[in-house]
Amino acid sequence: MNKQLPELVVSAGSEEEAEQLLAHGADAVTVGEEAFALRAPGNVQREALQAIVRTAHASDKKVYVLVNALMHHDTLPKMEQYIQDVAEIGADAIVFGDPAVFMTARRVAPGLALHWSAETTSTNYRTVNFWARKGVGRALLARELSMGEVLEIKQNSLIPIQVQVHGMTCIFHSKRELVSNYQRAHNREVKREAEMFLTEHTRKGQNYPVFEDVHGTHIMSCDDICMLPHLGPLLAANVDSFYIEGFGKPLSYNCKVVELYRQVIRQLSDQPDKPIDESLLAEIEAIQPAGRPLSTGFYFKEQIY
Amino acid sequence: MQVKTKVKKPELLAPAGNLEKLKFAVLYGADAVYIGGKKFGLRSKAGNFTEEDMKEGVAFAHERGSKVYVAANIMAHNEDFEGMAEYFQNLQQIGVDAVIIADPAVVEVCKEAAPGLPIHLSTQSSTTNWQSVQFWGEQGIPRVVLAREVSLAEIREIKKHVNVELEAFIHGAMCISYSGRCVLSNHMTHRDANRGGCAQSCRWKYDLFEEVDDEAMPLFAEGDDPFTMSSKDLCMLEHIPELIEAGVDSLKIEGRMKSIHYVATVVNAYRRVIDAYCEDPENFVFKPEWKEEIMKAANRPLTTGFYFHAPTEEDQIFGTPPKMAAFDFAGLVLDYDPQTGIALIEQRNNFKVGQEVEFISPDRERFTQRVEALWDEEGQEITEAPHPLQKVRMKVDRPVAPYDMMRKEK
Repeated sequence: MNKQLPELVVSAGSEEEAEQLLAHGADAVTVGEEAFALRAPGNVQREALQAIVRTAHASDKKVYVLVNALMHHDTLPKMEQYIQDVAEIGADAIVFGDPAVFMTARRVAPGLALHWSAETTSTNYRTVNFWARKGVGRALLARELSMGEVLEIKQNSLIPIQVQVHGMTCIFHSKRELVSNYQRAHNREVKREAEMFLTEHTRKGQNYPVFEDVHGTHIMSCDDICMLPHLGPLLAANVDSFYIEGFGKPLSYNCKVVELYRQVIRQLSDQPDKPIDESLLAEIEAIQPAGRPLSTGFYFKEQIY
Repeated sequence: MQVKTKVKKPELLAPAGNLEKLKFAVLYGADAVYIGGKKFGLRSKAGNFTEEDMKEGVAFAHERGSKVYVAANIMAHNEDFEGMAEYFQNLQQIGVDAVIIADPAVVEVCKEAAPGLPIHLSTQSSTTNWQSVQFWGEQGIPRVVLAREVSLAEIREIKKHVNVELEAFIHGAMCISYSGRCVLSNHMTHRDANRGGCAQSCRWKYDLFEEVDDEAMPLFAEGDDPFTMSSKDLCMLEHIPELIEAGVDSLKIEGRMKSIHYVATVVNAYRRVIDAYCEDPENFVFKPEWKEEIMKAANRPLTTGFYFHAPTEEDQIFGTPPKMAAFDFAGLVLDYDPQTGIALIEQRNNFKVGQEVEFISPDRERFTQRVEALWDEEGQEITEAPHPLQKVRMKVDRPVAPYDMMRKEK
């Protein structure tokens, strides 16, 4: 039986990156413009977006545009124009978290597909279905969910779902300029372009990348999710889309990762019972940046409250 | 003919971590209080209300013309929906005036199970613009608690576009992240911040490094304060006129984990400012003693958050914060005999003869006096009151009444 393979989506920061990632086996790329997107790997403006869409569509692949920032009043007028442009360019969907984007898209681009992504707050299937009933086409789940929770959401969801299978995750987002504020408080040069990380006093050895942009301060996880050896249950449950977070990694790394995930997806689809060769995981470990261990995120972690 | 400007008086909304705090909040001037039940709320360590306490609290509040809102503001996981419909039905039966909800799915459960029970959208949903407010209004939600990242100018803008009630935080501790968008605790302690397990990891100590050619270069020097993300506490006491003119419908004080002393003091300060302004806005003059009251209960330095400008380093706490003048709740007035001028006081903290104490009350002016003499319940003269909840008598310089509070400097 010809079973539908899960879609492999990866974030891209430029025309070149998008091209390469699609060529290496991604089915779709996500891109964004700085003003409207959270943590896109690069600022993909409208002209570049047009080229990416052309390239992607030429090989039957997709482009999703991030409009997932929390919107403040100063962004609203520009956001409306942006959504119209994105629809005109022919992107396959926009990713939103703020209801303002939903409202605007419905009004000015009713044919444009919408993917719901509320970061840490997309945590159960009933909320997914709330948005499904409003016409949203896909839900991007929070990363702080267990495998059991993900599978249960998929079982009960009215719409396709997307989960992150690889890369760093955002664990904190503030509108304040926390790095600049700290530097100013100590009369230090304000550095924003630097690659920075935080370590917590009692957790040495865990490096949390931190950066500032127009949306404030973002802190990322100290490890990278790598679900390569555990895709089986997700595939068996027909989880629709696997997302690879390209942010914070060089293109060569992301291309390799895409290749490997593509390989494993194919293998699992053809031979679901054949174990995944350890050498494949070893290939990722070999290119993993120093100081960034691989983990399984919250898939197998227990949380308390 | 002098025409007095009519000003719409907003609701003063106070936190009530437990039944006793609820009573003080109401008595000291809250128009409404918000509480947590045993389930679905974000302050799992706040004591919270059993059904019995809720019934008593609602009766107490309603008798005095105050409302009670119940926070059910978690971001739910699949398993959290069990018993939820019944919970909301129960709340409706108890007579609570509204529920505060963050998760749209929880909104739907509540609407179905308890139609007619008003729903307020929690600040956890990070509502930051008027279109978002409009969206929630269209879902049948009469009130939205705005994100703390919204400025006064933005509030005015929202009011121009939508007809939904707006609730805004005006006092207390602030999340430094967009509420709901922080899982530092989840990652560092496995405690789910969005279901009540927040460990305030933002306030811990960190070190900031720059990665240069695979080397970690410290972006701090010896003697620098560690990197931390602790916000000063919000205090909009001196900007009540602006908040009222902007059209905020409900002014919310944070603090379900805070003490009775904090709640009563803070609520009463805001009560006096709001009443004074609304009574005569044209001739309103801010009295320093109102701010002094806040300072007596403050445990962190203060900020106006996002209301007027993007917060800078001045709005955060680095290193050891300056010592705040600290006052302790020393005694609760249970009774007063106007003939003898003697008050019956329930000890809440050690105090002794010779000590200077202050009395505060919901309506009268505060006054200071020395403890001249103390008697125990049997009438024996004593020199101090060391036992919690022990009842003592003392002569007071001015009349007091039950629920007046006596404080002493720490």
